[in-house]
Amino acid sequence: MEFSILGVGALTWVTFLPVVGMIIVLMIPKEQRNAIKWSSLAFVGLQLIVAFALVMKFDKGLAGINTQEGMQFVEKATWIDIKSVAWFGRIHIEYLLGVDGLSITMVLLTALISFVAVISSWTIDKSLKGYFALLLLLDTGMMGVFVSLDFFLFYVFWEVMLLPMYFLIGIWGGPRREYAAIKFFLYTLFGSVLMLLVMIALYFSVNVYIDANGVMYSVTEAMQRGTEGLEKIYTFNMLQMMNPGNFVPDSLLAGLDTSWRYLAFVGLFIGFAIKIPSFPFHTWLPDAHVEAPTPISVILAGVLLKLGTYGIMRISIPIFPDAMIHYAWWIALLGVISMVYGALVAMAQTDFKKLIAYSSISHMGVVTLGMASMNTQGMTGAVFQMFNHGTITAMLFLIVGVIYDRAHTRGLNEFGGLMNKMPKYAAIMSIAFFAALGLPGLSGFISEAFSLLGAFQTFRTLTIIGAITIVFTAGYMLWTLQRVFLGTLPEKWKDLTDMDGREMVMLVPLAVIIIFLGIYPSPVLDLMNTSLNHLAELLHTAQGAVMMGAR
Amino acid sequence: MSQELLMYLSVAILLLPLIGFVKVIFFGKRLPRQGDWLETLAISVALLLSLLVLYQKLTLYHAETLSLNFTWIDFHDVPGIGPLKIILGFSIDNLAAIMLVVVTLISTLVHFFSIGYMQGDVRYSRYFAFLGIFSFSMLMIVLANNLFLLYVGWELVGLSSYLLIGHWYEKKSASDAGMKAFITNRIGDVGFFVGIMILFGTFHTFGLTEIFEQVKAGNLPFGSEWWLTAAGVLIFCGAIGKSAQFPLHVWLPDAMEGPTPVSALIHAATMVAAGVYLVARTFPLMTADALMVITYIGATTAFISATIAVAQNDIKKVLAYSTISQLGYMVMGLGVGAYSAGFFHLVTHAMFKAGLFLGSGSVIHAMHHALHHQHDHHTDPQDIRNMGGLKAKMPVTFWTFLIFTLAISGVPLTSGFLSKDSILAGTLAFGNLTGHILIPIVGFFVAGLTAFYMFRIVILTFLGEHKSPERFSLIHESPKVMTVPLMILAALSFFFFYSMNPLDGAEGWISQATQRPETVVPASVAAASTEVFEEAHHHAHYTAMFLSLAVAGLGILIAFATYHWKKISADKVAENFSGLHKFLLNKWYFDELYGVIAIGASLRLTEILKWFDNTIIDGIVNGSGWITKVTSAISGWFDNWVIDGAVNAVAYISGFFGIALKKTQTGKVQTYVALAVFGVMVFYFAMRLL
Repeated sequence: MEFSILGVGALTWVTFLPVVGMIIVLMIPKEQRNAIKWSSLAFVGLQLIVAFALVMKFDKGLAGINTQEGMQFVEKATWIDIKSVAWFGRIHIEYLLGVDGLSITMVLLTALISFVAVISSWTIDKSLKGYFALLLLLDTGMMGVFVSLDFFLFYVFWEVMLLPMYFLIGIWGGPRREYAAIKFFLYTLFGSVLMLLVMIALYFSVNVYIDANGVMYSVTEAMQRGTEGLEKIYTFNMLQMMNPGNFVPDSLLAGLDTSWRYLAFVGLFIGFAIKIPSFPFHTWLPDAHVEAPTPISVILAGVLLKLGTYGIMRISIPIFPDAMIHYAWWIALLGVISMVYGALVAMAQTDFKKLIAYSSISHMGVVTLGMASMNTQGMTGAVFQMFNHGTITAMLFLIVGVIYDRAHTRGLNEFGGLMNKMPKYAAIMSIAFFAALGLPGLSGFISEAFSLLGAFQTFRTLTIIGAITIVFTAGYMLWTLQRVFLGTLPEKWKDLTDMDGREMVMLVPLAVIIIFLGIYPSPVLDLMNTSLNHLAELLHTAQGAVMMGAR
Repeated sequence: MSQELLMYLSVAILLLPLIGFVKVIFFGKRLPRQGDWLETLAISVALLLSLLVLYQKLTLYHAETLSLNFTWIDFHDVPGIGPLKIILGFSIDNLAAIMLVVVTLISTLVHFFSIGYMQGDVRYSRYFAFLGIFSFSMLMIVLANNLFLLYVGWELVGLSSYLLIGHWYEKKSASDAGMKAFITNRIGDVGFFVGIMILFGTFHTFGLTEIFEQVKAGNLPFGSEWWLTAAGVLIFCGAIGKSAQFPLHVWLPDAMEGPTPVSALIHAATMVAAGVYLVARTFPLMTADALMVITYIGATTAFISATIAVAQNDIKKVLAYSTISQLGYMVMGLGVGAYSAGFFHLVTHAMFKAGLFLGSGSVIHAMHHALHHQHDHHTDPQDIRNMGGLKAKMPVTFWTFLIFTLAISGVPLTSGFLSKDSILAGTLAFGNLTGHILIPIVGFFVAGLTAFYMFRIVILTFLGEHKSPERFSLIHESPKVMTVPLMILAALSFFFFYSMNPLDGAEGWISQATQRPETVVPASVAAASTEVFEEAHHHAHYTAMFLSLAVAGLGILIAFATYHWKKISADKVAENFSGLHKFLLNKWYFDELYGVIAIGASLRLTEILKWFDNTIIDGIVNGSGWITKVTSAISGWFDNWVIDGAVNAVAYISGFFGIALKKTQTGKVQTYVALAVFGVMVFYFAMRLL
């Protein structure tokens, strides 16, 4: 399906609109603070509209995942084409964009969270121009990751995202911002290196045929067509990597269930697990969140963490289904540990933001567990949880920002009795907190329930242990509500004001989404359904192949 | 009336309180009277519709189950399963139709009572809004025909309970109690959810009817009877939490921090009975082992809480423990197989226990106002030791309270007699059939204790002399809006609403309408069949009746002898058994025990993990950072001093010689000639010497 605006593909628009915005922001003189803010908002607003149009035009019947025909709004162009390089041969890298049910929800989430983050950036004071320019660049990086279908392009966007984040934390952050920024940077860079290695290993293991016009043929297609006029090349095309027939016989990653494939899977997994972040790769997150300014925390928790689980479902599972099946139990175990451990550590926190950060670790553990279930229900739960965690946690961080802007402290034990003083704030915060603790009627419940229901079919004991988390989550969430809102108001907070219009504008829509999807999740679930059924089928088939191989 | 229409009416009943909630929570403060009338109107209409639905159901479709289903999520063609749709829906069978009336009736009466009781409260409109969300979620439990919606309603009543217990959240004890209720319930809910996972994991549906059909066809969860029992017991875990069964009963007494009408509605009549309703709903699924667990949990609960109730002095605490004890009765009744008796007791208990709570509310209201007038903020308005003689001042409250007490004690002509007797006969039958003789013993013992402690509060509150004459003069009967609901509930505590025969509840319409459903579990693991059990139940009827009359009479007699005629000194008894008394007064030390093991240990664990995270995991991260830094520093030093040192040394040495030798480069020909001659001479002599 094609969808272009002014002759340029919609996915290019949705990805690069923020960069256009960045260029314009950079051209505005820095005294014109309002112009900078409003033009940033205009561009993320346009991006949101395009993302919404994409969702509207999205065909729910197409699966995608490992077939290019199933991908939608595909844009394809030759990006890098170097005819002959010693040892590498011909390097042909495509600018290949496309979405399927897995990524369309993430595109929507990214646009939505970026929009909210820009509104929430209104109170930023320090070097506004640089801030918004970096924020917009970050937006492009995130969006690019979700729409790329070429591993090289994916990697480039992945790295593009890293740098603005580093500066946004390191310059606009709190007192220990430099430590947090470096920690974030090194942690994720470590993951990137592993990803890079696997990417190169894959590159040299997969070959395809290409004709003079740059049309790519898989090995099977080329054999059927006849290879005259075709050139055999290596490729970064993810979809071709997912086709077992394209692996060069006797190359490093060819075959099924080989040690090299396992190793590559583990390397890739660690790279993604750092982003999730899954226990034990999670300690960058609390520091980054505590130091980052509110909008950056919102983006970090709302979108960035999803890149990890998205990467696993987009790349690791379809390319290495055999290894996924082999390591599923271990991944589920990491998910369960993250759930329980994150919740317990969250309970011990007295810093509001740190508590939310650890709750993110716990909630992303649900995604990991659901994903490891390898069936439709669990994976649906997982992807839906990604979306819901994005909206819920964005709300939670905005909520922390609201109180921090007024009180200049995040110490949970310093508050109390704010319910009477800030009733609107209390209502919004209660919705977000109850959504986070998985109350039915709010979106978080459905995704958690289906993640667990799916996971239970694959791992009984682990899922039961994971289910215990709902008690701990209720514990720390309600305890936090109590410490902030209930009881009597300390004398020093008697001048606090309730939320203003701008704060309502960013929080109320999120609350509405959370309630709506909690009652009627189908609009989002239908988007991903066909793709996830296809992914489950792919794993199902791989399981069969593995069993055959074992015999 | 057609079946469809009845179902639509039921959905309307469900939605009315929700609409009220939405209106009142957003616009309550701007509405006249803060919107109390809107919520009350909504629930009253729901009551009328419920009565209509019940009448139509019982007359037109007595044996049928009416349903309304909708596809909520469509997973399409799922690998390994095939087409999968999540179908949810509502059903009306006799159980649900009766429950609809019970819930809306008590809720309506409580709404009216609250108009008087909560007058002038700071969060008056919020209070009514939350009553609305409660009624909605409770009705959802009643109408749900699938485990998913049941669970949704289940959690939502937990939410409204949390919000209403913490209504006066400025008090730390109130907000603590709300949290305790929610979290304790969640522990049970984990079990419930795991039970759902077992069933869904096997049958890929939440629908109860579909699950029953599958089990009946011989499909067991994971192919084993063990998992079927586990599923039953785990679902019952939800009931343990919600119906405050041992060992999760500790939240209910604390929940009395909420306003008293809330205690009547949520923590006595309806929500806490949801656990019993859940067991009744899933009854066909329960294996004999699961039912045995249910029976013993119920009996243990009934026993423990009745003993605690004897020693408490707070009127609401006594009623709370009595509620737990009665819930234990119902659960035990279902466990032994006396299905309709258990449910029947749920209905009758809802009426008289709501009445008891509202009656106590009326008393507390009067005490509170009198104390307020006296500017006395130290005397506890809920302590029965501060009361006495209120009969003269509050006649309506007294007489209705007495009727409720007679009902709960199981005195003939009351509704409680019918249902309690039926349960006791059931336990006796169970004892005869299975040899578990402890169950009927506990049943009768608790019946006696109940009569005793209930009359204890009646005597201490309403009879005798009031402790302070000055305060006594300030006490007034409550307004009509509070006493009329009491009178209605008192009327409903008599036998004739339930059965024409005052001695046998089994002949009543409720028992007839809610016959025990056939079990679907394999015969090898099923409990005694309905015929066998009914036979034994019938045989036990008269024995049970005389025994229960005897123990109730004895309980009442001892209560009068102790507290009214003062033939037995309560203080002396307490002194002689001081250890036991202290044990009961402190509620068997459950709170202390849980405080140490559950809360203390988990808080400790969280601290340890926090330390682990900051010190060990982050230590490794920072440590590797540090090692890298040190390595780089050493490399830097090595580079600077050794490698560069070597380079520099070479440079230095050549520099040294350069400097040393440059002295010779003077540019003067004479010097060069002299040096050359000197050099040649040195060379010459050197050659000569060699």
